[in-house]
Amino acid sequence: MSSSIRASGSADARPDVMSAQQDIKSIKADQPSPLALFLDNDFVYSFWHSKITVAASLVALLIVLGAVLAPWIAPHDPFDLKTLSLLDSNAPPAWAKGGDIRFLLGTDDQGRDVFSTILYGSRLSLAVGLLSVVFAAALGITLGLIAGYAGGAVDTLIMRAADVQLTFPAILIALLIDGTAHALFGQYREESATIWVLVLSIGLSFWVQYARTVRSMTFVERNKDYVLAARLIGIRPSLILVRHILPNVIGPVLVIVTINLALAIILEATLSFLGVGLSPTQPSLGTMIRIGNNFLFSGEWWIAIFPGITLAALVLSVNLVGDWLRDALNPKLR
Amino acid sequence: MLAFVLRRAAQAVLVMVVVALIAFTLFRFVGDPVNQMVGIETSAQERELLRQQLGLNDPVVVQFARFIWAAAHLDFGASYQFKQPVIDLFAERFPATIELSIVSALFSLLLGIPMGVYTALHRDSWLSGIILTVSLVGISLPTFLIGILLIYIFAVSLPWLPSFGRGDVIALGFWTTGLLTKSGLRAIILPAVTLALFQMALIMRLVRSEMIEVLRTDYIKFARARGLPNRLVNFGHALKNTLVPVVTIVGLQFGSIIAFAIITETVFQWPGMGLLFLRAVQNADIPIMSAYLLLVAAIFVLINLVVDLLYVVVDPRIRIGGRSA
Repeated sequence: MSSSIRASGSADARPDVMSAQQDIKSIKADQPSPLALFLDNDFVYSFWHSKITVAASLVALLIVLGAVLAPWIAPHDPFDLKTLSLLDSNAPPAWAKGGDIRFLLGTDDQGRDVFSTILYGSRLSLAVGLLSVVFAAALGITLGLIAGYAGGAVDTLIMRAADVQLTFPAILIALLIDGTAHALFGQYREESATIWVLVLSIGLSFWVQYARTVRSMTFVERNKDYVLAARLIGIRPSLILVRHILPNVIGPVLVIVTINLALAIILEATLSFLGVGLSPTQPSLGTMIRIGNNFLFSGEWWIAIFPGITLAALVLSVNLVGDWLRDALNPKLR
Repeated sequence: MLAFVLRRAAQAVLVMVVVALIAFTLFRFVGDPVNQMVGIETSAQERELLRQQLGLNDPVVVQFARFIWAAAHLDFGASYQFKQPVIDLFAERFPATIELSIVSALFSLLLGIPMGVYTALHRDSWLSGIILTVSLVGISLPTFLIGILLIYIFAVSLPWLPSFGRGDVIALGFWTTGLLTKSGLRAIILPAVTLALFQMALIMRLVRSEMIEVLRTDYIKFARARGLPNRLVNFGHALKNTLVPVVTIVGLQFGSIIAFAIITETVFQWPGMGLLFLRAVQNADIPIMSAYLLLVAAIFVLINLVVDLLYVVVDPRIRIGGRSA
């Protein structure tokens, strides 16, 4: 009855004036696509009128820019062994007693500049976080679409698997997958492979949320007129899912993505800190904190604390932006 | 009611079977038991003989049944690193993890509930603002970072508390406890606080939002209209109804406390099962990994089941099939 305007681009599906009001209601209930909302004035307005959100996005933007531009703005290259000197190791921050003006935030045990390593480290942390969230979302959305559209035994199978996985915290699942990968490829594991093992472990531990959300929405969408119409004219199910249903269920997924991004960054840092993530020669923020933790007792606090502050600021700001996005996209709260 | 109980129990059994299947796959196919038992100089024939003796050439279903049978008798094989039965290693470390989890659950309840009530009753006070901000930080900061900061402040800068280990322990039969010695009590403070902080923030926020909702309801207004003292209304009427969902969440969170103990135990070198599991992951010690998976799954499933059943008992509004997800 209440067909969606956005779903079918074709003119013949446009509702008549009588049901226009109902359609407006149904759009609000369906959660509109974020692209439409970006052009929506309410959305922009609520952004500029939440001071915390503006501040948080500035912090996040600053860290992201620093990470992306690391090769150009970092004063030192922490991966270039030629420029490293053990004579520079464990130097305190520039303003402290015995500090070196060349190393703003001090150096670590191998003489790497902490500030530069933070820039490169956030690069890795963000990359792993983004990749694993994209992987989790792709997997979760695909399974959710299939489960919701196919129904029956397929649906039961996928959702039972999701239920079982949901019983366990993400950290445990990521550790198990990482340990299994370690056992399978132990000796052959190359340095560049660790990043993909990490992405796989984090991604596989987060897919459930996407699958559940997408599945329940697909369940509603698949009985709507536009889907029936598409089936009637003989469009393949895969095409219906991707072209017609997916655009209508993607809104809430984007909110989960922001919140999951913060969780994925934390999980990567935690795994690296526990020593099952990235290797010390390719330090992410978590690895740096792990290295710094060994020097905490001898008073070299800057090696762990500065990456820790960066990590906390990154996670906190992404969380705040995610919170705001959730409220701004939630029609019930408007 | 009985149908509900049976369905939940059947679901729990199903989950355990799936987990057992995963644990078996790990145990049997990821880690090759024979390779771990023999040296390089063992010939192919000897390996084959050993395979035959261990029953590794039997049908997979038979092997799975044997695995379950052994697990039901608490036989999880021997650890690759320690060359000891896994169950002995677990028995040694189980009390440490359980003590840490219970103490931190108590911490988070005893601090989280009063703070939640306070912030709900005094929504505009400056103290509520501070508590809410701190709780946001508590939820956002990774556990290991909180642990490191606490160590740096209370063990390095101010040498008040120990930063690693469990202190002196007293053996009570098969159980070892650190809660009866002074050094044991001092040692548990930092790890327990680290582990509790996230749960505390969670409980506080939950109590606050539930309490605000309950305070708006008619029966609270009526109680006030009857002229009952504030204290009685707030704690006798409002808090009592707030606690039902809180109990549920706390029960479910106890499982995740045990999982997060992996991180806390590593930061503080706490000799519990989490630390053992992490060493196993680092060294690809498959028997420990699969046994830990089974054990933790059993604990989680049991807690879930008990909470589900309690929920029905405590809250008469919940009826069969009425609870989604």
